[in-house]
Amino acid sequence: MKYVDEFRDGALARGIAASIARQLRPGREYRLMEFCGGHTHAISRYGIADLLPPQLHLIHGPGCPVCVLPVGRIDQAIRLALEHEVILCSYGDALRVPASDGMSLLRARGRGAELRMVYSPLDALQLARARPGREVVFLALGFETTTPPTAVALRQARAEGIANFSVLCNHVLTPPAMRAILEAPGGVALDGFIGPAHVSTVIGSAPYVPFAREFGKPVVIAGFEPLDVLRAIQMLVAQIDAGRAEVENEFTRAVGLEGNRKAQALVAEVFALREAFEWRGLGTLLHSALRLRPEFAAFDAERRFAVPYRGVPDHKACECAAVLRGDRRPQDCRIFGTACTPDHPVGACMVSSEGACAAHYSYGRFRAPSRSSA
Amino acid sequence: MKIPHTRPLNLRQGKVEMAHGAGGRAMAQLVDELFARELGNAWLAPGDDGARLPPARGRLVMSTDAHVVSPLFFPGGDIGCLAVHGTINDVAVMGAAPRWLAASFVLEEGFPLAELARIVASMATAARAADVPVVTGDTKVVERGKADGVFITTTGVGVLAEGIELSGANAGAGDAVIVSGPIGDHGMAIMSVREHLAFESPIVSDTAALHGLIGALLAAVPATRVLRDPTRGGLAATLNEIAQQSRVGIVLDEAALPVRPAVAAACELLGLDPLDIACEGRVVAICPAAQAASALAALRDHALGGEAALIGEVVADERRFVQMQTRFGGRRMVDWLAGDALPRIC
Amino acid sequence: MCLAIPARVVALVDGDEAVVDLDGVRKRISLALVEEVGVGDYVILHVGFALQKLDQAEAEATLALLREIAAAEAGQGAGDDGEAAA
Repeated sequence: MKYVDEFRDGALARGIAASIARQLRPGREYRLMEFCGGHTHAISRYGIADLLPPQLHLIHGPGCPVCVLPVGRIDQAIRLALEHEVILCSYGDALRVPASDGMSLLRARGRGAELRMVYSPLDALQLARARPGREVVFLALGFETTTPPTAVALRQARAEGIANFSVLCNHVLTPPAMRAILEAPGGVALDGFIGPAHVSTVIGSAPYVPFAREFGKPVVIAGFEPLDVLRAIQMLVAQIDAGRAEVENEFTRAVGLEGNRKAQALVAEVFALREAFEWRGLGTLLHSALRLRPEFAAFDAERRFAVPYRGVPDHKACECAAVLRGDRRPQDCRIFGTACTPDHPVGACMVSSEGACAAHYSYGRFRAPSRSSA
Repeated sequence: MKIPHTRPLNLRQGKVEMAHGAGGRAMAQLVDELFARELGNAWLAPGDDGARLPPARGRLVMSTDAHVVSPLFFPGGDIGCLAVHGTINDVAVMGAAPRWLAASFVLEEGFPLAELARIVASMATAARAADVPVVTGDTKVVERGKADGVFITTTGVGVLAEGIELSGANAGAGDAVIVSGPIGDHGMAIMSVREHLAFESPIVSDTAALHGLIGALLAAVPATRVLRDPTRGGLAATLNEIAQQSRVGIVLDEAALPVRPAVAAACELLGLDPLDIACEGRVVAICPAAQAASALAALRDHALGGEAALIGEVVADERRFVQMQTRFGGRRMVDWLAGDALPRIC
Repeated sequence: MCLAIPARVVALVDGDEAVVDLDGVRKRISLALVEEVGVGDYVILHVGFALQKLDQAEAEATLALLREIAAAEAGQGAGDDGEAAA
């Protein structure tokens, strides 16, 4: 695959990794947080940590939009499906996320909920057209990458006057989550950020500049492939060693300063900021998530159906919150690999393949036989 | 067996009805005009409740499998030939020569007879090509909504020659791990026609009867330790099963894994891993390292094994992990999935 | 963030859509989020939408840089502790 395979080249990887190894200041530890579930997945799937010296610590941040959804939001979707007899359309990622009472969307299907896995929000809209007698609800989730497609679907629905289609909106924003990490009480033991790939395609590199300035941490936006991640790490190390804290862009083939203005405009037309939104692991953050504008009220599932949000605390033993903040490694969670595995996940970090715990369990657990602090 | 009927079945526009499973004249007509017509052979002709099998020289192996694939028709095959191939392969990976098949059908009321005829014809073609007849069968009908069109269960019996003791528990450190061809074709062929995920591609299911291929392999390498066909759960599940049974580890070489470019691309598109995707015409073989070259030669010499590849080796590992040396130079685990491989957006 | 893959546009379709090709796999996708995309262009594809046109010149430039770094590293060979690559 063009523009994919070249960025997975093992020979180039060895060269870059060797270059990084020589670059590192002896005795210095470098703690880098990657903030994109896709990067979490890539680092685990390609075994990138194996190519880097142990002084370099890669910490997984809250970049998995499924993982940061609190239990109560999945409960809401399940109630919609079970109690209101809608056809609930969802991306595959959300189907196994554990909710209250041992439920998940997949298990709800076993209890009679009608569920459809879709590839695109337009598929959900098409289903609504095909089944005019049934209510079709699309469970919209994701960071800024995934929001513009939902906006397009809603505009189409309104333009065509489709009366049986609505969206349960769980779209969240990246900068507020970064800020929450950086503003954690007591400061944060991080030296730099590997910035998200495809979110940045949409929002551009500009939004990260305040973080670099205010908190003095460099941000390097990295492409999606493992060579991109390695190169971004190299660029971060160079900044850290030089005492710089700037926003740099490794993913120049897809990310510019301003991002995708057309997509941003479409999103602004359809969505507004929620006053506050609860995040798993980060608490309630202001202006960190989106809801549908009043002009689109007819398509807002939260207004159409009585499914008020009820906050539910995480399972007592679940340490997803700490993992999402980068405070704990998956293998240090008390129930990692025992009570909590991909077969019976307790927290969302174990469900989504982007989740730090699932990624470590599926790809990396052979590497850490014992528990130790980072 | 011929029973006089007033009107022949309307195979073009007729539908399955509850009466077709009730054991009366309607069912006899369905068996006669549809099943026996397509599958017709000396075993089914008498119309008895069972088939009398001749004595066999050697131990008998039996295997059974239910087939519930949806959609029923997919690029490269359908539920009919899949049901025949699948059970033939389950018997063959035990090292036995498959000899006889039984087929039972659960039909959904309202299912079009034309599609049923197509499926049964496909089974017949597959059985004839493999030289493994369907010798007995059964039909039931359930109410609309209780079955996905049709479910087919096939049971196969084969004969095992002396001295063959294949088992998933036989793998030992140092053994070679071989796969007979590219992985993921079947599962991605199914994905390509699934509602809401559909895409166009040249991918076709690899469904095939492997007893000839396996026979050739065992003739060349009688010391083969393990044979298994990586169906549901893909190569990842199969290798993990073997690692558990044999109490060993396995290390794969990603660069050596055969995957068709279109399958790799479709997996990228949907966020799937080819290692987790079902095959229906491939076999995994584990044999002593010294015999790997002979095994590969025997497989590659056969029409169904042209792209056979040495993909890894068995290692000592108390934790029984399956690991992979990635093309990128790092290492990662190859775990087996909790449930189905689900396409992802993230 | 999130799974997206570069794919080549092989046909434009009425109503803001296109057909893309990825090693023989073809999918119909929406161009509603991008502008001035033509046949032969590469787009970043996410949940059935083109998110951005891929800048092929930049892609080649990035690859060239990566190759340079790796080559310089090979040139460093054994032993000497030269400066880190810029």
